[in-house]
This record gives sequence, structure tokens and C-alpha cells, in this order.
Amino acid sequence: MEPPMTSHNGGVAELKFRDPARARSLADALTRVVGDIDRSPVSIMHVCGSHEQAIARFGLRATLPRSLNVIMGPGCPVCITDVPEVDEGVVLARQGVRIATYGDMLKVPGTSLSLADAQAEGAKIDVVYSVAHAIELAKQIDEPLVFFATGFETTAVATAAAILRNPPPNFYVLSAHKYIPPVMEIVAEMPDTRVEGFLAAGHAATITGWGVFEPFVARHRLPVVVAGFEPLDILAGLVRLAELIRDGRPAVENMFPRCVTKDGNLRAQEQLWRVFRPIGGRWRGIAHVPNGNLRLRDEFSHLDARKRFDIDLHTLWDFAPAALAQECICGDIMAGIKSPHDCALFGKACVPHSPVGACMVSSEGTCKIWYQYGGHPDLGSVGRTLSGPSEGISDRGYCAR
Amino acid sequence: MATVLDERITLRYGAGGQAMRALIRDVLTDGLVREEESGAIGLAAMDDGAALRIGNQWLVVTTDSHVIQPAFFPGGDIGRLAVSGAVNDLAVMGATDVLALTCAVIIEEGFARDDLVRIQRSIRQACDESGAAILTGDTKVMGKGELDGIVLNTTGIALTDRVVPDAGLRVGDVVIVTGTIADHGMAVMARRHGLALDADLKSDVAPINSLIRVALDSAPGAVVAMKDPTRGGVASALHEMAEKSRVGIVVDEQAVPVADTVRAAAELLGIDPLHVANEGKALLGVRPEAVDAVLMALRMHPRGRDAVTIGRCVGERIGSVVLDTGFGRRLVTEPDGELLPRIC
Amino acid sequence: MCLGVPGKVVSVDGSIAVVDFWGVRKQICLDVVDQPVAPGDYILNHVGYAIRRIPAEEIGATLALYEELLRHPPEEDDLMAADVRSEIDGAADDQP
Repeated sequence: MEPPMTSHNGGVAELKFRDPARARSLADALTRVVGDIDRSPVSIMHVCGSHEQAIARFGLRATLPRSLNVIMGPGCPVCITDVPEVDEGVVLARQGVRIATYGDMLKVPGTSLSLADAQAEGAKIDVVYSVAHAIELAKQIDEPLVFFATGFETTAVATAAAILRNPPPNFYVLSAHKYIPPVMEIVAEMPDTRVEGFLAAGHAATITGWGVFEPFVARHRLPVVVAGFEPLDILAGLVRLAELIRDGRPAVENMFPRCVTKDGNLRAQEQLWRVFRPIGGRWRGIAHVPNGNLRLRDEFSHLDARKRFDIDLHTLWDFAPAALAQECICGDIMAGIKSPHDCALFGKACVPHSPVGACMVSSEGTCKIWYQYGGHPDLGSVGRTLSGPSEGISDRGYCAR
Repeated sequence: MATVLDERITLRYGAGGQAMRALIRDVLTDGLVREEESGAIGLAAMDDGAALRIGNQWLVVTTDSHVIQPAFFPGGDIGRLAVSGAVNDLAVMGATDVLALTCAVIIEEGFARDDLVRIQRSIRQACDESGAAILTGDTKVMGKGELDGIVLNTTGIALTDRVVPDAGLRVGDVVIVTGTIADHGMAVMARRHGLALDADLKSDVAPINSLIRVALDSAPGAVVAMKDPTRGGVASALHEMAEKSRVGIVVDEQAVPVADTVRAAAELLGIDPLHVANEGKALLGVRPEAVDAVLMALRMHPRGRDAVTIGRCVGERIGSVVLDTGFGRRLVTEPDGELLPRIC
Repeated sequence: MCLGVPGKVVSVDGSIAVVDFWGVRKQICLDVVDQPVAPGDYILNHVGYAIRRIPAEEIGATLALYEELLRHPPEEDDLMAADVRSEIDGAADDQP
């Protein structure tokens, strides 16, 4: 019996949700539906860095209709982790406390220094792939280990699960987790927003369920479609969203039924909210998001790095914040109001190896993605005068081993 | 254009990408570049090696230092890497018949003798495979903590009638890769980061001079550019070739050969296989009329069975590498610094 | 949110499963998944935790859902619709 997600040729390449032929059909359908909408451009927003990554990685923008504007909103967890939070991690590290962090956060600049900078100065920083890995590490050492907990609710669930299962006494959590639904409200209410619909993140919805968007839709009369991350998932999600916009139907639709249900994963939610409480907080560039930050409940204050350690942010004041930071418009970019090309620093003073704003640091940051993948270049015609690159290719395609 | 702005050299500068090139160009070679006679390849070219005219032949010279951690990894070790690295650098300049290698070792105090013996056996084995001989070397020991285990440096020299540079691509030329990519880097990364990936990931580290030889002989003059995609992966190597040759390159992502386990491991860690180092593969730029002959010759060789065309040179987007994903198109990015597993 | 690559469960030992992602095996924690997981199941992994068991029948359902999207072309596009349908039929041939 074949694994159901691959065709009989096997292999990752044959994943049904990456079938180029179906993708082309869906792209054509999208062009048709968008063409039926009597406005141009039609703007929709997604709020997930992974959606932007997938769109960029698969080069999907080259196949989207020109009149469809797919904006990346504040969905990059690294980018919206605010400066004071990064500073907290940096200060702790420079105080000699050992920090475990996801790789994504390592190079994000705080006021002036990133964890990587601290590491270059001798701080002990461990890059982990999972909070479970950090727990294992804590068990092997005597000194305190602070887990710099970043990411949205999907990632916060893992942190919660780890906290609830008797972590070793030297394990602490510095929580910078975020919760996405509140920020969609903020974007929908921004006066400059022209967003007509939202593509919601499939994995976060796996946890929260799609029902969580119903009040939003009722309030703002904007459709929301939950989509997965494979090329077919994204294209199908966009087609459905375009249809809802065309038909003027504000509704929530689930285009990721293999993973998302209306109520979501209750077991995960229960653990999440047992450990964390939502509080209002700053998101980098967006200022205040009510209920957008997740902090440890009092019951877990024995693990809370903020309670255990005296994090003196004043020690960073010797490092003058870059004057360039004043000119950074990451906030507007993350809100979808401006694009990287609108930024005077983009590609000049702000580049991946010397970033000013977080959007340029994270692999899911709009600016980083645009810089690396070349913005939205018109690549469709490159090389077309030659016969296609597949001429002379072996009939092997991928080589299975 | 990246320039060296940092006051302190960070790990990024050793990672094989733009930063490293900037460091070499702006700092290390400053004031050392001299005018080379026609056809000679010197410092300015920043090629895999140098080429000097000797009579009616070219003497090709390359040098490499090896600092890999861990010293032993699935599929090989630092010894095999040291020999293969030098042999392959010579080979991708067209010099497949190695005259001699040197090998210098710097050993950290406390390094296990048995490990040293294992490494030496690997060196011998790789020399046998490549037909290269080590003629001289150097030995140093440094105090505990002053060095990370062991460092090897190899220099290789060879003679050739024809040097194949990085920079010889023209519009219409085809890019061939000699086999599956990202094997080495993924095997090492999985081991190094203790990522608890139980998988059959093995480095491809091997000398490929005989493989290159059959390609060159199959279509004399038609292999016009070569590079081995080590640090920085196929992405960096293609960027360099495109920049130096002043062409654009369009790559067909669906054609790029990646072993399933390697692709799965890369996917899990959020890493692009095009960014990952290879130590037993080469990229060949070939005149279109000779592609079939070159592919056939490569595939008949045990190390070239999976050789395949992956791209074409075009006259637009000079210096860029465009990826046709099958779903759309985008630019190929270059890794910026050390590859880190990412969750998002 | 990110990197939720589906993997196939090879073995389960309490709250840890060994999951196979096309030849790469990882230990995945089952502490937050809301259904019992058994060898042969597919799970969605996020940062080393299974967040969902993916029922095999759902995959077909999702594909069918996507195909539905392609059955609503307006009348004047019949030629294209015919093209599109034949592409789907062609792709459907490689279902197991």
C-alpha cells in the first residue's frame, strides 16, 4: 500500500501537493476568478512567515495574476519579536547565563546587539531545533539554562508541553511567544488597509481551530481562508479566497481539512492556556497588540527567567542604537502598508549581513525574502528564447536512492 | 556589493559566500595582485587554483586548509577530505593528473594517536584512488585548547595542456552536475548539531579527477567551465561562474538530483540543498552540441552515474541564477554565513 | 506555522514516536497531539512535536476539494476547462 501522499514513484518530489500540473491548473483558475472581480488590484494578506517563505521558495508570485496583490502581514515571529525582548535575551547572555534559542533568533538585532553578537563576545548560546532538545541539554549541565521561547501559538504549545512535564530545576523560560488572531484585528482596522481578505496559517489553525476566525469575520466582514503550505495548498487557498471576494461573501473557509478542524486541537489548547496567559504587548513595528503576547502564568513563576534573573537592560545603554533604526519602516512593511522598495535603507544600508530591522534578519522577513529572491522580479521570460532548460535532461528526474 | 565592514572577522567570512569573497578581494589579496601573462590564472581570478605557464603546458597549483568538525563523519573523515579537496580543485581546473601533494598537519595536544592513524589511512586510500602522491609535509603540535583537534593543509600541483576556468560560460551553454547534491553538508550538519536525525546520510567526499578526465576527453574543448561546489553549495558556485562569465544561468529545480533522505533532512531543518556543501561533485559548463557525449561519458564512470543537466546560460540577468521551480520562478539565493537549522 | 512536514510513524514508546520523513527518522513528542497515534499513521510535526494526526482518507478529500475548484469554469472557457479536466484525469491516473 503506497503512502497516500506520494504517487507510486515515491519520494518527496512526488508529493501530491507539489504536483506542478495541478498547480498550473489552479494558477489558471486563480487568474480566471481574479479576472472576474471588477477591481484592480485586489489585495489580500497572509499572516504567516511560512506562507511567504513557501510563496518565495516555489516562485509562486511569478504565476499569480498581476492584479492580485498578496501582501505579507505581521506573520514572521522573528520579525515581530520586539527589541526589548531580544535585549532581554542579549543581556542575560552577556551576564553569563547560558541561553538556548531557535536558530532563527540568533542574528536578530535588539537595540544594538543580537544573540550572535553576544556569542562572538563569548556568551554561551546553544541553537536548538526543539524545546525538548533544550530540556535534554539542561539535564546534562549544572548551570541554569534559559530557553528563549519565541514563535507563535503553534510553537508556544511545544513550550507549554515541556513546562508541564517536570523540567529539570535549572531550566528557565524567557517567553517572547506571540498570539496571531489579535493582530489581524489591528491590521483590519488600520486606516490605510485595502486588504479584502486574509489567508490564515494552516498550522496555527491546526491548534486553534478555524472557528476562532468567525468573530473576526462577523466584525470586519472580510473573508478568511485557512490554507496549508504546499504549493497546491497555497494556490487552492488563494482561489477560494478570490472566489469569496468576488462573490462578496465574508465567511471562514477551511482549505486545509486534512489538518484543521473547527475546534482545533483541544488537548494542545488546554496545555497552552494552562501555562500561558495573553497580555497586551508590543510587536516590533506595530506597537501595542492587545492579547498579542504570551507570558507564563504565576503558577510557573519558578521557571520564569524574568523572575529568576535580574535583567538589567541599562547595561545595553552604552551601545548607542543605530541612528539608522529611526529610518527603519519594518513596522509599515509588516502591516502590509509599505513594501521593501518603499524603504530608503533596503538593499543599501540594510542588507542581510548587516540588517537594520528585523524584517531583514529573519528567513521569513519580507525584506530578507525580497532581497534574496529579488523582490518580485519578472522572471517569467528569462531564457524563453532558448529551448527550455529541460532539453537534454535525463528522463530520470529525481534520483531515488 | 558586499565589502568588509566589520572590525572583527566573524564565522560568516569563512562560509564560502559573498562575505568571504569580499574579504579575499578587499583585505587578503590587497596589494598582492600582479599582472599575469595572457591566459595565466593568478590571484585576481580567485579561481579554485592558480595556473602558470611552464613551457607549452600549464602548472596548476591549489592549496586548502581543512578544519572540519567533527573530524570523523559518516562517509569519510578529515584525511579523505584533505586529499579529495586538493585533487578536485586541480581537476576542476582541467588538471586531472596530479604531480604531487603536500600535507601539513597541526595537531592539538591530547589528540588520540589511533585517530591520527585512522586519518592517515584515509589519506593513503584517497591517494591511491586519485593516483596522487604526497611528497612532503609539515608537522606541528599546539597546546590543548589552542586548536580544535586537528587541522590539515594540502597543496596540490599538476600539469595540464588546457586550463578550464570558472569563467568560460557563454550564452547557450549547458550546466551539468556530476551527481546528487548536498550529501556532504547534510551528513556533517546532522552529526554536528546533534540533531538526532537517524538517517542514512553519508558524505560524498571522494577524489573525482578520473571522472573529470573522462568528461574532458569525451568532447575536447567543449567543457568550457568547471567548478566544485564546496562551501556555499551549488548556489555559490553557480553565482561565481555566472558573475565571472558574465552570463545569467537558469536552473531547472526539478532536474537537480537530490537523494530522498538528503532532501527530507534538508526540509526538516529548513535548509536549501542548493546551499549545502559537496565534496565529490563538479559543475561543468558544456557547449550544447557536446552535452550528450559528456553525459554519456560521465554516466559510464562509477562516480558519475547520476550526472544530469540542470541548467542553461542566458544573456539576461547577468550574474544571477534564476530557479525554475516547476511552480514559478525565483532567484537562487546564496547562503549568508554558517547554515543554521531553522524552525520557521 | 512552519516546517510542518508530514511524517509516518514507525514506532511508539509512551509519549515518544519514531517518525520517518522519507528515510530520515526523528524522535517526535506526542504530548500535544489530540488523537492516539499508532505505527503507520501520518503526523504533522512542528518543532519536534506532533500537532496533528493526519488521517489517510483526508488527503484524498483535500485533493478532491482542490479539484472541485477546477469544475466551476464559466461557460465561455469550455476549451480551457476541457484542458484542465484532462490534466486532472491524467494526474489522477497515478493515484495508488
